[in-house]
Amino acid sequence: MSDIRAELRYATSHEWVRLEDDGTAYVGISDHAQDAMGDLVYVELPEVGQALEVTDEAGVVESVKAASDIYAPVSGEIVAINEALEDTPELVNQDPYGDGWLFRIRLNDKAELEQLLSADDYRTQLDSED
Amino acid sequence: MGHRTPLYDQHVTAGARLVDFGGWDMPVHYGSLLDEHHAVRTDAGMFDVSHMTVVDVTGAGARDYLRHLLANDVDRAPVGKALYSAMLNAEGGVIDDLIVYRRDNDYRLVVNCGTREKDLAWLAKQSEGFAVQVAERPELAIVAVQGPRARERLGALLAPARAAAVSDLKVFGFAEDGDWLIARTGYTGEDGVEIILPGADAVALWQQLADAGVRPCGLGARDTLRLEAGMNLYGNDMDETITPLQAGMGWTVAFGDDRDFIGRAALEAQQQAGHEQFVGLILEGKGVLRAHQKVISAAGEGEITSGTFSPTLGLSIALARVPAGTEGKAEVEIRGKRLPVSIVRPPFVRHGKTVYQQ
Repeated sequence: MSDIRAELRYATSHEWVRLEDDGTAYVGISDHAQDAMGDLVYVELPEVGQALEVTDEAGVVESVKAASDIYAPVSGEIVAINEALEDTPELVNQDPYGDGWLFRIRLNDKAELEQLLSADDYRTQLDSED
Repeated sequence: MGHRTPLYDQHVTAGARLVDFGGWDMPVHYGSLLDEHHAVRTDAGMFDVSHMTVVDVTGAGARDYLRHLLANDVDRAPVGKALYSAMLNAEGGVIDDLIVYRRDNDYRLVVNCGTREKDLAWLAKQSEGFAVQVAERPELAIVAVQGPRARERLGALLAPARAAAVSDLKVFGFAEDGDWLIARTGYTGEDGVEIILPGADAVALWQQLADAGVRPCGLGARDTLRLEAGMNLYGNDMDETITPLQAGMGWTVAFGDDRDFIGRAALEAQQQAGHEQFVGLILEGKGVLRAHQKVISAAGEGEITSGTFSPTLGLSIALARVPAGTEGKAEVEIRGKRLPVSIVRPPFVRHGKTVYQQ
């Protein structure tokens, strides 16, 4: 049973979003996604300052076996990336909702969060994929 | 639901992530591919490879048949030795790669799972005119125990005759005891054995090995280990459109006499005309090389046939088919960017040590 955090919003493509008080949001991949990928060995992240639209390609996570695209779950400007992942991509496996975050984005429109899945909806999606 | 090996329940109990592999439900890993990989490089791991197809070739014409069928010459293997060979079509393309075990009066082949049906059809077709019987042995399982401590750990669990076989075998040698065939072969670049045995025995052995601390390893680690060892994977590194000469398997083709093996004329013509070469690549920066990425060098364009992250080296490696004369440095195109790679001679890793040469 994978860990799904109630306080987060989720994209159908398995990214999570956590809104901060300052109008930025952290983005990562879900516990289910990291588990399905297996041991991650390389993470490619967007550039700070890059502007992204919803579902734009925002990076790639690669396990030993496969590469998987990361899509922007919301639109906005990248304000930070998790530089620790360059040398320790396994943080995504170890702590997908914490130290394994991918990037931080300044949202264009907080209303876009409403388009994402709630934890319950995301659970329903995972159950239907099994 | 796919086919299941006799060890299926053991895999489920051990928490394996199962995937469809050529119609079989097989473990890709049991939690961490990287940990499994390192276990084989530093200690011992075990693999269920019972999905592979075992075929016995018997009869007075077995030797002549196999000398016609295979690009390598079974006469190179004395009784009690195994031999690696390609099986070619008339155009020199690789129908499959296989191991042949030379027994006292007959031969045993182990061929790939994904090619089983076409292999069996080809074996049957080519047997016409030879006094041979070709019989699949689906009741047999195969367990590979690999790693620097594999033989020691296995030997400690076996009855004296089998333990002696495990400790005394030479590389590529094999011994039989009852319905077990124990061979000092493998697909990891480490010491170890592969055991062909009845399914029920495989279940008991697997449990004993697990209890002794031998780590179950999935097909994921099998792939990273074989790639580090510079060993080809059928369907990736060669297929029916690629000859052994283009796939770094020239050493397995025995041209030594006038033996008339299938594909010989095509290979000789290709030797005359020249052909692509098979090389190793090391990615100089970060990223992961993958099959089908384009390789660009002064000599022209080639293609990665297998690529992965190398857990032992901590960087990405690949096998690639490139134009003759490609050497030194090249570039690989990954998601629209060109990244520098070094051309090296595989293998990358053997017996736990880095061994590739620029």
